[in-house]
Amino acid sequence: MNIRELTIETALKRMRAGALSATELILSALENIEKYNKIYNVLLTVVDKESLLGEAKKIETSGYDKPLAGIPIVLKDLFSTKGIRTTAGSKVLKSYVPSYDATVVKKLREAGAIVIGKANQDAFAHGSTGENSDFGSTSSAYDVKYVAGGSSSGSAVAVALGMCLASTGTDTGGSVRVPASFNNLVGLKPTYGRVSRYGIIAMASSLDSVGHMTKTVYDNALLLSVTAGIDPYDATTGLQRVPDYLASLSSLKSLKGITIGVSPEYLVVGKKVTDGMNPILEKQTEEALAVFTSLGATIKEIDLPHTKDALETYYVLCPSEVSSNLGRYDGIRYGKGRDAFGLEARRRIMIGTYALSAGYYDAYYTTAQKVRSIVCQEFEKAFESVDIVFAPVSPSPSSIVGELVDDPMSLYLSDIYTVPVNLAGLAALSLPAGFVGNLPVGIQIIGKQWSEDRLYAIASSYEKKTEWYKKGPIL
Amino acid sequence: MKRIRYNLYTMTGNTSVTLSEKDVKKIATLAKLPLEEKDIPLYILQLSSILSFVSKLQDVKSDGISLRSTSQVTGLTNVFREDIIDTSRMLSQEEVLSNAHAAHEGFILVPQILAKE
Amino acid sequence: MKYTPIIGLEVHVELSTKSKMFCSCPSDYFGKKPNSQCCPVCLGLPGALPVPNKKAIEQTILFGLSVGCGIAEESKFDRKNYFYPDLPKGYQISQYDEPLAFNGTLVIARSESASDAAPLSGASPRQMAGTRNDKQIRIRRVHLEEDTGKLSHMTIGGKNVACIDFNRSGVPLMEIVSEPDFRSIDEVDQYVRKIQQIIRYLGISGADMEKGSMRIEPSISILPASPEQQRGEPISNTTNTTNIEIKLPDYRVEIKNINSFRFVRKALEYEILRQTALLESGVAIDQETRGYSETKNATVSQRGKEDAMDYRYFPEPDIPPMSFAQTQISKLKAQIGELPDQKYERFKSDYGLSDQDSRQLIETIERAEFFEKCVHSAKGLLSSKEIANYLINQKTDTKTQTPIEIIVRIQGSKTFVPVSTEIILEVIHKNLAENSKAVADFKSGKEQVKMFLFGNILKELKGQGDKKKIMELLVLKLSTS
Ligand SMILES: [Mg+2]
Ligand SMILES: [Zn+2]
Repeated sequence: MNIRELTIETALKRMRAGALSATELILSALENIEKYNKIYNVLLTVVDKESLLGEAKKIETSGYDKPLAGIPIVLKDLFSTKGIRTTAGSKVLKSYVPSYDATVVKKLREAGAIVIGKANQDAFAHGSTGENSDFGSTSSAYDVKYVAGGSSSGSAVAVALGMCLASTGTDTGGSVRVPASFNNLVGLKPTYGRVSRYGIIAMASSLDSVGHMTKTVYDNALLLSVTAGIDPYDATTGLQRVPDYLASLSSLKSLKGITIGVSPEYLVVGKKVTDGMNPILEKQTEEALAVFTSLGATIKEIDLPHTKDALETYYVLCPSEVSSNLGRYDGIRYGKGRDAFGLEARRRIMIGTYALSAGYYDAYYTTAQKVRSIVCQEFEKAFESVDIVFAPVSPSPSSIVGELVDDPMSLYLSDIYTVPVNLAGLAALSLPAGFVGNLPVGIQIIGKQWSEDRLYAIASSYEKKTEWYKKGPIL
Repeated sequence: MKRIRYNLYTMTGNTSVTLSEKDVKKIATLAKLPLEEKDIPLYILQLSSILSFVSKLQDVKSDGISLRSTSQVTGLTNVFREDIIDTSRMLSQEEVLSNAHAAHEGFILVPQILAKE
Repeated sequence: MKYTPIIGLEVHVELSTKSKMFCSCPSDYFGKKPNSQCCPVCLGLPGALPVPNKKAIEQTILFGLSVGCGIAEESKFDRKNYFYPDLPKGYQISQYDEPLAFNGTLVIARSESASDAAPLSGASPRQMAGTRNDKQIRIRRVHLEEDTGKLSHMTIGGKNVACIDFNRSGVPLMEIVSEPDFRSIDEVDQYVRKIQQIIRYLGISGADMEKGSMRIEPSISILPASPEQQRGEPISNTTNTTNIEIKLPDYRVEIKNINSFRFVRKALEYEILRQTALLESGVAIDQETRGYSETKNATVSQRGKEDAMDYRYFPEPDIPPMSFAQTQISKLKAQIGELPDQKYERFKSDYGLSDQDSRQLIETIERAEFFEKCVHSAKGLLSSKEIANYLINQKTDTKTQTPIEIIVRIQGSKTFVPVSTEIILEVIHKNLAENSKAVADFKSGKEQVKMFLFGNILKELKGQGDKKKIMELLVLKLSTS
């Protein structure tokens, strides 16, 4: 048995049937960690074996009733874990050990999940490749020469390599969706405020959403049913009822009656001229779209003319909030001083400081806030006539490690398909859409706020037809 | 696999921003980031190019757009807590000091460089 | 040449909520061991988030309403970004362009005098009658923010070090900003005391400067006095003159770190002298921030104009904005009891008290209530004026004495026409017989009944007889009947 061949769904089924134990599951995950962690640079901290086996034993004796009983998970290293080092991928927090658990960590533990380790990431979540980690880049599970995608880089690779069955990530401008798509996973960027941010190291507070990555849509829905909901410690969590996500999976017999919006800003169907998009990727994306139509969905062209402006807006608002959120790292109460920040963090702090400073605030921050409103309105209008919006995740597949590190602008531009979703606080799922050579490609479906159940229903139909998740990495 | 690069020229609006050495130094001071003389040219280059890019925003017609609508993207207002003491989240003095740079008799000590202000 | 000081004030008040502003740690940090009243939120640990305390918001609105402020229909919190070791997040959550309350006024007694430009001899407002009338001080805004940790200096092993206690971090802090409407130190003094009085009436803070729960930051500049003032003439007697017509100086000196009334006065006196000397010698005064040093009894420059802070305010994304409906505001307004000015007027009209007596009796809400209880208990046997005089002159401790005791004491101290014990006992006897229900009530523990009977007996005796003796006999009879 190799945990890599399992999903949460199948693992739980086998454990509940007595055909598999939590201990065996943990041991298999540890074996994969042992084998691959050095090569792919996935986990920054692995919980010690004794205590993991202790937790597994506890689950075995109390039974597998809990929704995630005995499921090994990996947390992005932004999630505060009491007693377990939490670095944010930065040297600043190299030896910081939190004295409290994030709300999501608490919820996952209460649901029976076993935290096996903390995943590598771009430092403070600044990046879309994973190369900005102060502890070295993480490689894609599908080709060690290529980047894992970021910023939740280690989280994605850990699932793909069988170091766990699910992992958490944060998505501020694509940081769950991009690495999920580079590693053939289902990645959720939930509605802003659907999942508590309490205890998760902040990047840009008005954009951060707490998501996760799994192999299948079912696993993804299961995890969200554990993590979603109001948190009295996070004033920005929404009051909306948490629907039964698992029930929603079988709520659609076909996609008849579903209208999918496609914007020329994201994809010009049949023309292969979408600005900035790699043509190879365009073909894959169109094939994925064809799957939806074959299932009965109708395609409707919509207009999202401010998509490029959204990118600029993002690169004003995000650094502005970053410059403030990173103000607490002064080396007094915890961590190292401000000289320990890496290059990308410095760049963002400086851009944000400039954008908020006297004389520039209105031109940058205020304008960006206004354009953010326009982006929101544009999506609102689109959702009047479509159920979901279909889009690529990234303009190109994974790149070779080191290829773009000196070109921050080019990397910023590759966030064009993901950041509008964060600006408008929408829900989005990135789904596997096949391969270019060995490298996985993803697409995303975007829904209005609080529509995760709808996205899962549609994604479930798509997944049944494609089953891309069955193709694991060649190791 | 090569990434397709955007043409920066078409992505940049009419506004071109060029920061001066003085600007970069001023920003670094405000942000309390140590800045080495040798890094300044790179910062001038990179920060100017990012700012030129985002400056394009100023061409977007946004008159009459309310700021309030996006202060919370999900439309939440008035989220408060009752005035109740909850000790469950409180940390012991030992926990508070556990990650500190230095501590003495329950106090957290301030590193010399910061103490001078 | 004579100069008029132009003074504005920022007053910070720690609100007396049970818990802190953005977390549920206790806000009472006084005397607690360092760093023992903290959680991830008030320590600014990575990942922690603020949730605002409803009570603190209501208390700030209550204060705003009490000084005639408008209340924001829409308000929000903002981040004020700066670095200091006692500020754990690298920003203070405060309010920038949408304060909870704005445009209020506070009425004080005018005390404009060019002679204030010289050190004051501690003249009290009441000694300055003649040049006085009511004056409105405009309150620009009242907003809510969080307190910082406490930075102190110690010597460890011969080395000077700075150390921090975060117990105070996150305690709700109400900031009251006035317009630069003060023209004398005396006006500042009156205003601060009045603010303190209103806050204590509302019960929203102890506003104790010595404990640091009230802090004052004046900013001051000086102007050559008007020609009339130069000639030493009293300024015109029109009421409510605003200061809008005055062209303010183009600089302003802010003074920080003042922790007592006495030092506010001293710091301002020092600044007036310093600035006068500079202007006299033809030197332009710089805009700057100065700190008051108790040991030097002087202000010392801290930060010049060119180092002015750029706080990079922006809306706090972790806290959704606030909106207040008129009905909510009306509900809060209904909670406000009688405020000092109203009580002062009512005491004068209801009890026929002089300005001075009324002012003294309403000084604290406890004292005012005690006075009214005494009046009630006296049932017309004593005039309000007699009670007021006694309370004011005897510096009565209202905590250890009951109103009844006070009434008896005042009655006892009055001269009387002697009456024989027999007659007194006869009247007592008669009264007890006629009021069997009152007697029964007394036995079941209703102490007040005693005063009722005492009043009847005195009336019957036409105010004659030794009141102390009458009371003693009444108590004796009551307990033995
Ligand atoms: Mg303040
Ligand atoms: Zn706290």
